[in-house]
Amino acid sequence: MRYSGFRVFTQGLGGNKGWTPAWRRPDPKPDYDIVIIGGGGHGLSTAYYLARNHGLRNIAVLEKGYLGGGNVGRNTTIVRANYFLPGNSEFYSHSLKLWEGLERELNYNVMHSQRGLINLFHSDGQRDAFARRGNAMLAQGDDAVLLDRDGVRRMVPYLDFEQTRFPIYGGLYHPRGGTARHDAVAWGYARGADRLGVDLIQNCEVTGIDIQNGRVTGVQTTRGAIRARKVAMVVAGRSGQVAAMAGMRLPVESHILQAFVTEGLKPVIDHVISFGMGHFYISQSDKGGLVFGGDLDFYASYAARGNLPMVEHVMEAGMTLMPMIGRARLLRSWGGIMDMSPDGSPIIDTTHVDGLYVNTGWNYGGFKAVPASGWCLAHLMATGTPHPVAARFRLDRFRTGRGLMDEEGTGAQHNLH
Amino acid sequence: MRIPCPCCGSRDRREFTYYGASVFLDRPAEDAGLEAWDAYLHLRDNPAGVTRDLWYHDPCQSWIEVERDTVTHAILSTAPVARRRA
Ligand SMILES: Cc1cc2nc3c(=O)[nH]c(=O)nc-3n(C[C@H](O)[C@H](O)[C@H](O)COP(=O)(O)OP(=O)(O)OC[C@H]3O[C@@H](n4cnc5c(N)ncnc54)[C@H](O)[C@@H]3O)c2cc1C
Ligand SMILES: [Zn+2]
Repeated sequence: MRYSGFRVFTQGLGGNKGWTPAWRRPDPKPDYDIVIIGGGGHGLSTAYYLARNHGLRNIAVLEKGYLGGGNVGRNTTIVRANYFLPGNSEFYSHSLKLWEGLERELNYNVMHSQRGLINLFHSDGQRDAFARRGNAMLAQGDDAVLLDRDGVRRMVPYLDFEQTRFPIYGGLYHPRGGTARHDAVAWGYARGADRLGVDLIQNCEVTGIDIQNGRVTGVQTTRGAIRARKVAMVVAGRSGQVAAMAGMRLPVESHILQAFVTEGLKPVIDHVISFGMGHFYISQSDKGGLVFGGDLDFYASYAARGNLPMVEHVMEAGMTLMPMIGRARLLRSWGGIMDMSPDGSPIIDTTHVDGLYVNTGWNYGGFKAVPASGWCLAHLMATGTPHPVAARFRLDRFRTGRGLMDEEGTGAQHNLH
Repeated sequence: MRIPCPCCGSRDRREFTYYGASVFLDRPAEDAGLEAWDAYLHLRDNPAGVTRDLWYHDPCQSWIEVERDTVTHAILSTAPVARRRA
């Protein structure tokens, strides 16, 4: 069923009785050409582009829980292309362009809102670094504007500009940055893939990967064995366990990141604002809730809930930046399991097993990557060659030391990116 | 979360700094080769369940190896790194 304003109108007149499910619930077949492990944003977009761009049809996505129950439905929804290093820069630039056409492409309202992103800086040195980053963004063909303090004040007058710890010197403004509705992105890709014949199989946990003579032959699941010629591991925070099924140890450590939302308020914060020095960032959802977050809890964890010291730290940083939010009441908080890599950048690559692919290491920035990650993994799986904008996301870059992309310059420690 | 420091007893998590998996203590020999150094610096078992990692207790300045569950956040045991190294 195609969605349109006209259909919403006519369905409304008919008591909304004519809507049909957005995707099928098929039973797994014994055999597929391609199996994608993980029904998060990246798994679903990979399946969609395998079908859409490469005409492949016999594909299944296996999800242990429900579609969108992982990080894709837990993030704070920021979409941006403000990376600095070659490798990341062209990839996220490509992704943002896909975002800009996504709703038309999927015939689905993902509520992509380019409300602009402001990264604040608080010293002369940081200003220089941000000016350089802005130039890299412009050189990549994206947009960036360096704002001085008055420029920031005109846009977001409610910040505390005079705070003594981190007085605001200015900000790097990225007008095309913004947010999207995370669930809708998962649902939109799921519906799109389903319409192209992809089987989306929920409550189906992969428990083993079958390998014969160095070639993948299928997977074992809680719903039986499934044969496949190609298999991709796209499981974000669970990458360590799934890769172990193929005898691999990955350069990934799983950490918990929390997020918070307040009760719904009238429109008050028009942009996405990030306060890096305080480990705090915030935007306001279309429903009115202030959506904000901070840093990792810093220790390895698979609990999809965080610890109170980080809650306190995030609230303190929020109050430092914009004391006006002190009266808002917190509604909910939750956590997601992040696949942290040693340089903070992702991996989209083949493995030592023929026909087995890996997509991981998204740290806390993989939501904005959903379109391009699927686009590039599909390209790699269908053509056998890496897509040019993801060619540097190699698994072996840690072993060789060639082509590391450490945006923050914090070195090979997983939790510091 | 509270962590029993072998020196100070049960203390608030905020007094500790986390370092990472305790395999960090098993430093390869200088000439151990590329694979050993790659494994040491980058590759992780990353278990969902019992793990051992390193925490630094700021007040008493000791490094502690903590055995804990990454799913439940339960702390199972702690031991000073100094003893293990000796
Ligand atoms: C609090 C928070 C805030 C964030 N904020 C942002 C942000 O503002 N901007 C941004 O760009 N990114 C953000 N991120 C990061 C982003 O959400 C993730 O990087 C991205 O969603 C990960 O890819 P995914 O969607 O495929 O992961 P997931 O949705 O986690 O998908 C992986 C799926 O694999 C399934 N799975 C695991 N093991 C198995 C198995 N054995 N068999 C079958 N299925 C399995 C899981 O159930 C899960 O559904 C944030 C993350 C969190 C937690
Ligand atoms: Zn102590």
